[in-house]
Amino acid sequence: MPDKKSYRENSPLDAVREKLGSLSGERYWRGLEELSESEEFELFLGEEFPQGIGAYSDIGRRDFIKFIGASLALAGLSGCGRAAPADEKIVPYVTQPEGWVPGKPLFYATAFTHNGAATGLLVRSHEGRPVKIEGNLAHPDSLGAADAFAQASILTLYDPDRSQVVTNGGAITTWNAFLAALEGEMEGQRLNGGAGLRILTEHVTSPTLADQLRALLTRFPRAKWHQYEPAGRDNAFAGARLAFGEYVDAQYRFSDADVILALDADFLSCGGGRLRWAREIAARRRVRGGKGDMSRLYSVEAAPTTTGAVSDHRLALRPSDIVAFTRALAARLGAGSGGDAKALPTAAATWLDAVARDLESQRGRSLVIAGDYAPVLVHALAHAMNQALGNAGKTVSYTQTVAAEPVDGIASLRELVKDIDAGQVASLIILGGNPVFDAPADIPFERSLPRVAFTVHLGLYDDETSARCRWHLPEAHYLESWSDARASDGTATIVQPLIAPLYSGKTAHEIVAVLLGQSGRSGHEIVRDYWRRQSRGEFETFWRKSLHDGVVDGTAFPAKTVNVRSGAKFESQLPGSSAKSAEPENKEVLEIVFRPDPTIFDGRFANNGWLQELPKPLTKLTWDNAVLVSPKTAERLGFEQKIGTTGGERGRIFVDVAELTYAGVKIRAPVWIAPGHADGAATVLFGYGRTRAGRVGDRVGFNAYLLRRSDAPWQDAGLMLRKTGSQYPLACTQYHHNMEGRELVRSAALEEYRKRPDFARDKEHSNETLYPGVSYESYAWGMAIDTSACIGCNACVIACQAENNIPVVGKTEVTRGREMHWLRIDRYYKGSLDEPETFHQPVPCMHCENAPCEIVCPVGATTHSQEGLNEMAYNRCVGTRYCSNNCPYKVRRFNFLQYADFDTPSFKLLHNPNVTVRSRGVMEKCTYCVQRINAARIDAEKEGRRVRDGEVQTACQAACPAEAIVFGDINDRGSHVAKLKSDLLNYGLLTDLNTRPRTTYLATVRNPNPELKKT
Amino acid sequence: MADETDKMPAAEEIAPVIEPGYTYASITDKISAIVLTRPTPLLWYVGFGISFVFVLILLFAVTYLLTEGVGIWGINIPVAWGFAIVNFVWWIGIGHAGTLISAILLLLRQKWRNSINRFAEAMTLFAVMCAGLFPLLHLGRPWYFYWLFPYPSTMDIQPQFRSPLVWDVFAVSTYFTVSLLFWYVGLIPDLATLRDRARQRFPRFAYGMLAMGWRGSAIHWHRYETAYLLLAGLATPLVVSVHTVVSFDFAIGLVPGWHSTIFPPYFVAGAIYSGFAMVLTLAIPLRKVYGLEDFITLRHLKNMGEVMLATGLIVAYGYLMEGFMAWYSGNPYERYLMFSRMHGLYRYMFWALLLFNIVIPQALWFLRVRTSPLALFIIAICVNIGMWLERYVIVVVSLARDFMPSAWGTYSGTIWDYAIFIGTIGLFLALMLVFVRLLPMISIFEMRGLLHDEEGAEAARPPEA
Repeated sequence: MPDKKSYRENSPLDAVREKLGSLSGERYWRGLEELSESEEFELFLGEEFPQGIGAYSDIGRRDFIKFIGASLALAGLSGCGRAAPADEKIVPYVTQPEGWVPGKPLFYATAFTHNGAATGLLVRSHEGRPVKIEGNLAHPDSLGAADAFAQASILTLYDPDRSQVVTNGGAITTWNAFLAALEGEMEGQRLNGGAGLRILTEHVTSPTLADQLRALLTRFPRAKWHQYEPAGRDNAFAGARLAFGEYVDAQYRFSDADVILALDADFLSCGGGRLRWAREIAARRRVRGGKGDMSRLYSVEAAPTTTGAVSDHRLALRPSDIVAFTRALAARLGAGSGGDAKALPTAAATWLDAVARDLESQRGRSLVIAGDYAPVLVHALAHAMNQALGNAGKTVSYTQTVAAEPVDGIASLRELVKDIDAGQVASLIILGGNPVFDAPADIPFERSLPRVAFTVHLGLYDDETSARCRWHLPEAHYLESWSDARASDGTATIVQPLIAPLYSGKTAHEIVAVLLGQSGRSGHEIVRDYWRRQSRGEFETFWRKSLHDGVVDGTAFPAKTVNVRSGAKFESQLPGSSAKSAEPENKEVLEIVFRPDPTIFDGRFANNGWLQELPKPLTKLTWDNAVLVSPKTAERLGFEQKIGTTGGERGRIFVDVAELTYAGVKIRAPVWIAPGHADGAATVLFGYGRTRAGRVGDRVGFNAYLLRRSDAPWQDAGLMLRKTGSQYPLACTQYHHNMEGRELVRSAALEEYRKRPDFARDKEHSNETLYPGVSYESYAWGMAIDTSACIGCNACVIACQAENNIPVVGKTEVTRGREMHWLRIDRYYKGSLDEPETFHQPVPCMHCENAPCEIVCPVGATTHSQEGLNEMAYNRCVGTRYCSNNCPYKVRRFNFLQYADFDTPSFKLLHNPNVTVRSRGVMEKCTYCVQRINAARIDAEKEGRRVRDGEVQTACQAACPAEAIVFGDINDRGSHVAKLKSDLLNYGLLTDLNTRPRTTYLATVRNPNPELKKT
Repeated sequence: MADETDKMPAAEEIAPVIEPGYTYASITDKISAIVLTRPTPLLWYVGFGISFVFVLILLFAVTYLLTEGVGIWGINIPVAWGFAIVNFVWWIGIGHAGTLISAILLLLRQKWRNSINRFAEAMTLFAVMCAGLFPLLHLGRPWYFYWLFPYPSTMDIQPQFRSPLVWDVFAVSTYFTVSLLFWYVGLIPDLATLRDRARQRFPRFAYGMLAMGWRGSAIHWHRYETAYLLLAGLATPLVVSVHTVVSFDFAIGLVPGWHSTIFPPYFVAGAIYSGFAMVLTLAIPLRKVYGLEDFITLRHLKNMGEVMLATGLIVAYGYLMEGFMAWYSGNPYERYLMFSRMHGLYRYMFWALLLFNIVIPQALWFLRVRTSPLALFIIAICVNIGMWLERYVIVVVSLARDFMPSAWGTYSGTIWDYAIFIGTIGLFLALMLVFVRLLPMISIFEMRGLLHDEEGAEAARPPEA
């Protein structure tokens, strides 16, 4: 073997030159040695790469690349197993599954349980990862729509703060270790019939889980099953029992109701049927072409709600006055006694008169609704009034409850704590919920919990309750689970997983199965087993059909005939607490109203950035809760708010911090002045103030549960509000609520509309131009938004955020006026500050035909498409922000900093692959969901046809429960959107600027009672 | 009007454009000594030290800006332009005086320009440099700034020529180039003088290179005069065009308070106004520190005060017309905007700008004020502040109160906005001080020419009765 020295000596440059000279054609070389192809060089290579995997060996580069490619592909697959247990082998497809085309999304039906009932969903899955949640058209509580909570739940699935491991006393351990511990524990329980065993759940609507729990109670006859939920339907259950002597759910039919009275009822945002009800109300109140009829909606409430905002008449009353009002009305309608309108303020008495006459004139076609959080007595009286008005069986019917075991949650929790304190509880299994955080302040759940020797908490997060329990088990998200759930009318849906559990979470079914001694049974088996027992006929067909449709046929509950117990004196059967009122002997004492937060609910969504940043309907606050008071009360108590200089009306509002004293507890909280709030009362929103929610939700807002008591969970008297002198910045996205005389929202009463159906039309502008007109030959996309129908529920905002990968920016950035929502819902008030009329106006990009943004962009990053879309080329944008300045509608959003999260691995799965994730320094805005248009166009072109009307649904349109948003081709005369645009109610925003917006609005028509016309 | 002041008998009485008693040699000595022989005054070191601290602040703030993004500023939606654009317009405005003095006054044969044109031109260059920083830094993605230039791109894509921002690129870069050439060409004879008088090797070499072989022959002078006049002709339209184009950034937009045809003349007048204010701000301390009262005489100060008074009145007319048109047009958006300027959150700024730009400069009607360096200095500072406030009110208030009340918001600068603004002032002053130290701040040969003219005038003057 020649040594290296000789090889160096033997490679003279002459030889190289000779070689080069003899070569023909182009050749690339990387060193003189290589070029000379000397034997020594080959030898040298052999020495340097002794394995023979050198650049020149036969099995070299190509195989190496293959290995890299294969390992990359396999690494990617680890996140892609759909519904497949993680321990099964995952290999690339040899034969592609039918219907699985890379790049084409698939939709799976499932259901999301919230607020006591399930919403049927279709979840869009890209290459095995769920990306977007839509409503299921076939599901009675969805009808194709999905609310903000359901849609935002996908962010929770990918939340990196979700609990990922089993812990024992805070130390990481394994599922098997837990099984062994539980086995030992259950051994003891088996001997005494489960005397020390307690299960704590939220309200259970899953038939399978209820069945399992019942089986558990049979097996352990002395065990107890408790249910507690902070925003549960306890009052509705109790009210029904008081009225009918049994638990029933009321099923409303708004399509048949001409006059509706909502008593403390925000039924458009709360309750299982909220989406269906919104659709029915919108349909019943839709007028076109100067004709049509509308139902009339009255609401009585303390705090302003979405329902109150769209009502024809809204009466703001203190909670105690609402009870008095209900009693007086019931007495007037012959459905109760003891009520007297004299106690009411005079305005309320006149109001009551008119409402009573209106309800009576529409017997059998009217409806009285009590809200889920209204006092028991109001519920009972509402049932009685419906019966007295002959509405039962017409506009309202009754069925068995959706909750499998309706119980009073607070009483149930109180009983559990009593048992613990008596030393009767040896093991407590908490399946979901967060009672340590959200139990009423006077039930010392947190204090009693350590007395239980064996505590288990199954939860999505390692939260406040987990911290106090011995064992914590990560829960599988519903998109990772097999389960089932019932809609508000009883219709069942099988919940199927979209993805294998990301963090090997377990479902409640699997835990209960372990308790039942069926350790190792999967959720799939358990749910199948239950439905096998329920189904008639061939099971596989039934199963596949139910999974596919997202509803199980024939599971809606049949109507029950129930009668209000005659001659019953509801008041006398109630402990007097709920009708307590604040006597005006001390003007400083207010009534307190507790409500779950409109966006993070009872605190369960605290770590969901989309919901935290979602402007709350009406107040438009984000990232905080506040105490809401009326302008008059605020003035009396000296509370003020001041606009910050950065962000200002669209960001930072400094408000006074108050000290709340109620039932011996003092807390500090910011006070927000809410126009339309009842005087002499304050609304406290609970759900905030979490300490173990995760990185997003910790230490945000104040904890109102510290004030909430079990004897008055929703309302009470005796609140003292004292100004502390300190101020706190709140992130409010729209503070200015006056239109300044600019006709942005146009409205008329029904009578006026009948006389002058074109009231909303613009006076003709002579929009002259020097330039030739542009004709749109093929499609001309446009949108019409019905402001009459819009209830301001925010479903569209979250839909847009999920579909278009819109980042969350955090409170500080919102206070600087930089929130990123492409679609915002503007809220305007009309009339007085105390009794304002409220209007909602969703504002996406107007896609102006003469777009002011386009001409000022120096690099041509925003341009006009052949179909009239105003498009953004993110890659080309250099970020001068001139386009935003020149946009009169201010719908453009700028990435002032790096907002999109490129680093968190789980969020990479979340992003819609058809929409660019924007980086810092780039402008963005509503695209009319151009990716959806293109997908439909590809399908249509393959089939050689035009895109059909309704084939493209923008994300906001698809989510809207009220069908307020209609999108389509305005070149197609027959399309829905073209018809709406030719309607007399159609108008454009700021058309005097000659922008020719493609998004137009249908003016609001309301149906006030002529009797109540304000002077 | 400047023309007329020259004919006013009072002008001669106040002060000549150059104090008597100078010879060609003494002028050369006095000016070149500042650069070559006189010890650098202590104040120079103090001034440069302070300015350089601000330059360091600028560098730090810009580095942070480039790593984090423009979100470190106070801008938001709706107010997407803030300090950056305000400062840009302000600096560009300041940069107007140099060209006006050099080119237009040269063509109008205003001899008094000769002692101030050199440093006014340098000031122009440095102001435009500071101004040029802002459009770059204010971009969301500043590393793609070159996309605003029409270069042969592989993407086969060109700038969007309907956008005034593209016009800005051309206007500002042309202005800078022509100003630089004009300044440099004007320096050549003086650089040769310095070359000849320098004692050390390096200065001799450096000035020699820069003097490009100037020997002062008649042919040189002939070519020089021709080139200088041509450049003056070229630069003259730029005085009007640059700020006209800058005003288009606003006037082309449809934002209330921006969309107005009066903007071009009103912006140009404002620019000259602020430019002369800055020349005064610099000239008054400089003549004091370097003892140049004989060259920059009260006559100069008085003339500049008069130019300020005239342009200030044009600006006042602009404000008046804005208010009148807002009322007369019946446009609700314009009306609300005017109301908002006067009574809204930024009302203090609006009233302060009226005070600084309109009310205080009226003192210039008085000859005693015009001939008092201290009073002129104070007024000039007021006008500098007032013009900055004017741009702030135009940019911010209009965006904060446009068409949709639901989208109204407010703006205020963050510490980074201020850091970069103050940093550019530091950069400007540091560059000015370096210029004063290394180059003749007053044109030597033109002063000599002035002496010649003065002597001629002396001879032609009829004997006193």
